[in-house]
Amino acid sequence: MVKVNGEELAVAGLSVSELLERLGYAGGRVAVELNGDIVRRDDYGATALHDGDVVEVVRFVGGG
Amino acid sequence: MDSEHDSKRGVPTRAEMRAALVKRQGEALVSAFEHSTVAVCGLGGLGSAIALSLARAGVGRLILIDFDRLDVTNLHRQQYLACQVGRPKAEALTENLRQVAPYVEYVPHVARVTEENAATLLAGAAVVCEAFDVAESKAMLAETVLTRLPEAYLVTGTGMAGIGPGNRIVTRRVGRRMYVCGDGETDVAEAGSLVAPRVMLCASHQALVTLRLLAGLTDV
Repeated sequence: MVKVNGEELAVAGLSVSELLERLGYAGGRVAVELNGDIVRRDDYGATALHDGDVVEVVRFVGGG
Repeated sequence: MDSEHDSKRGVPTRAEMRAALVKRQGEALVSAFEHSTVAVCGLGGLGSAIALSLARAGVGRLILIDFDRLDVTNLHRQQYLACQVGRPKAEALTENLRQVAPYVEYVPHVARVTEENAATLLAGAAVVCEAFDVAESKAMLAETVLTRLPEAYLVTGTGMAGIGPGNRIVTRRVGRRMYVCGDGETDVAEAGSLVAPRVMLCASHQALVTLRLLAGLTDV
């Protein structure tokens, strides 16, 4: 299981890109931290999720 | 009221203003703030209010970045004057802040922050406040600060549009170096409006987190 924004999800084995797609996030509007480290956008496809990982997805919306 | 200063003498001296800050904030905070550099990226409703709070609090050095010029539609929520419409925001805001807090060091940049220039523009900042309006720009800055500025904290604002309840504006800590302020969901394109006090609530969350970080307080 992978903890995503505090919720345990069965997404081990997916890449970060696949996780974002499954959760319905637009790739250009998020920041992703994996076990406390930011994941670069260019690395979303090549970064695999493993059992026990902790992921935080911050979604950005417009306005400022 | 504090009436030791005679307004006929004009602007208070540096020493007078520091003593006044100590009276209101205490020596420990004043000392922490005055030796700090903070960068504010985007000088709209969020950024201009964040910068005003930080200047008033006596942050020593403020890096102020915006590529844009002041538009008449900005005046309802941003810290500018009607006579400044058409001027670059970085320049106009610096003028306004100097009127309020003349002894802060201001470093204005009329520039667009990119992945390439961020490390140079933001060098020395203990905290970077993200105050852009476009979601993709916010995401770009978050990634750039967290990957290229290994010592800096990032304080970002997301979700402050519309006239929803103020109590939905909160501060969250994500990981070790990122703080996220706002309601997290209200996009200006969907809400169709930006209302000054709600934007300023988010800006105040960002300014307060920034000052707390400068004071060594990392919890939310």
